[in-house]
Amino acid sequence: MNAEALAFYALAAMVLVGGVLVVQSRNLVHAAVSLVPTLLGVAGLYVLLHAEFVTAIQILIYVGAITVLILFVILLTEGATGLRVRQRNEQVPLALLVCGGLAVLLLGVLGRVPWGPPAGPMPPYNPGAVGRSLLMPYVLAFEVASLVILASLVGAIVIARREK
Amino acid sequence: MIGLSHYLVVSTLLFALGLYGVLTRRNAVAILMGIELMLNAANVNFVAFTKFVDPTFVRGHVAALVVITLAACEAVVGLALVINAYRHLETVNVDQVDLMKG
Amino acid sequence: MGLGGFLGAVWQVELVRMVVLAAVVFSFLAVGGPLFLVLAERKISAWIQARVGPKHVGPHGLLQTVADTLKLLYKENIVPHRADVVLFSVAPVLVAVAALLDFVVIPFAPGWVVRDLNVGILYFAAVSSLTVIGILTGGWASNNKYSLLGGLRSAAQMVSYELPLGFSLLVVATLTGTLSTVRIVEAQPYPAHFYPPVIVAALVFLTAATAEANRIPFDLPEAEAELVAGYFSEYTPMRFALFQLGEYGSLLASSALFTTLFLGGWKGPFALPGLGPVGNGLVWFLGKTYAVVFLLMWVRWTYPRFRIDQLLNISWKLLLPVSMVNLLVAGLLVVAVR
Repeated sequence: MNAEALAFYALAAMVLVGGVLVVQSRNLVHAAVSLVPTLLGVAGLYVLLHAEFVTAIQILIYVGAITVLILFVILLTEGATGLRVRQRNEQVPLALLVCGGLAVLLLGVLGRVPWGPPAGPMPPYNPGAVGRSLLMPYVLAFEVASLVILASLVGAIVIARREK
Repeated sequence: MIGLSHYLVVSTLLFALGLYGVLTRRNAVAILMGIELMLNAANVNFVAFTKFVDPTFVRGHVAALVVITLAACEAVVGLALVINAYRHLETVNVDQVDLMKG
Repeated sequence: MGLGGFLGAVWQVELVRMVVLAAVVFSFLAVGGPLFLVLAERKISAWIQARVGPKHVGPHGLLQTVADTLKLLYKENIVPHRADVVLFSVAPVLVAVAALLDFVVIPFAPGWVVRDLNVGILYFAAVSSLTVIGILTGGWASNNKYSLLGGLRSAAQMVSYELPLGFSLLVVATLTGTLSTVRIVEAQPYPAHFYPPVIVAALVFLTAATAEANRIPFDLPEAEAELVAGYFSEYTPMRFALFQLGEYGSLLASSALFTTLFLGGWKGPFALPGLGPVGNGLVWFLGKTYAVVFLLMWVRWTYPRFRIDQLLNISWKLLLPVSMVNLLVAGLLVVAVR
């Protein structure tokens, strides 16, 4: 087994075990903290896929900001104290069926597609390539995403403000 | 050799886990965490496809970045709504928010 | 040099090399960094306050921190009643590890960098943001309302100051055209017409870095008079030591990055006699870094602390607009010069 395989399996284990903890923990703070190894594992997978820029952004935004935000809201609402509250609703067996079925279906379909060889080599300097893509062919997506950020920023402040 | 199918298996399982979290949890924030898992699974797919299928313009990376951005925006607005709902209704369990029920 | 470059070679050798290198660097940093800095802090504060500071243990008190550490090792490790044991133990480790991981991209001397990532400064910003989760978890897991308040305030402060920090890093990246720390050092000294945005960026960076390390004048989350000791009130010796390692390590890492980005890294105006290029670079680098640390400690013992609302106002209403405009100016300068 070479290094890449070892790293991949270790990271995949981190992602999947973390994911199970996130959806299964009765303690919400444990679930939120389990997001950290899951998202870090995903960042590690991006490293294996030669996507260094996306890795750094994933850690910076997902682990460093979104997880903190989720923890804040858990601590500010009753989530942290409601440890004896039932966390699971009555749809568990149906959900297991649906999710299991979906996973099997997707794996079956994706396994049969002949993907073929890659259409070209990966660019050597990842941040430069991403920057060029964002400013030339995909500038529209870039600008629209900026507008969405602005709108959600203002909207969240207005929604969460305490009424005087 | 780690190929595309390995990454697709991981992302499919992660997506299924996220979906399970969204369907079975009562707490609104826990549902949001499930949504984040699903978005991450989709991102893993995008980035894996960029490497193994089509790296022109690193499209998959651009898509993944846009998804990360939108996930952040959606988490922000969703959590603001949760805080607001908690202030008015004293609960964050989604099955107890039933003011408009028949 | 991308992150995936080493996977092809004889990987076991490379893995062992990385682990040993990381262990050496981290040990040096754990010893030469926070251990030395705690002593330096006490001596400098004594000098500013017209007293002498620790002088009994070892020559001029140099072994004081060693004695302190031994004392800490002997103390009893208490976990508060009904605290969350797992999270309580994990939090300080996360903070310490995040602070130490910062050093992976810092070039100490020509050719002496643990890994020259091509997203160097972005990696630094990303890893620094990991400390916030450790602090938040530690504050909650202590089962103590003062710790929780301290943790929440500290997290709010650190998240708010990450933005101006990131923008000032971006100014440097715009002017040098690269995110790699090694190449940024090589691109210095900057041409003179780049000085205005660089100076503004340097000042913003210093302010934001002080706030990120929870140092006075931004240390309300750990102020003794306000919150006992804030998010680490309940932490006894070894875990407390890990939190301190994280805090001083973060301070040292920010100073080291400041030296790398704005002061020329390991470059010096003249070559010191008797040392090779590596030794020369190392001496200049450490000298500059500790000079910045001295400056930050001087600031600490001179100014009173800000209130939490003043603190957050400074970040959002002052530093953020200034750093954004600065980035715009830097971008325009780069285009105009070309």
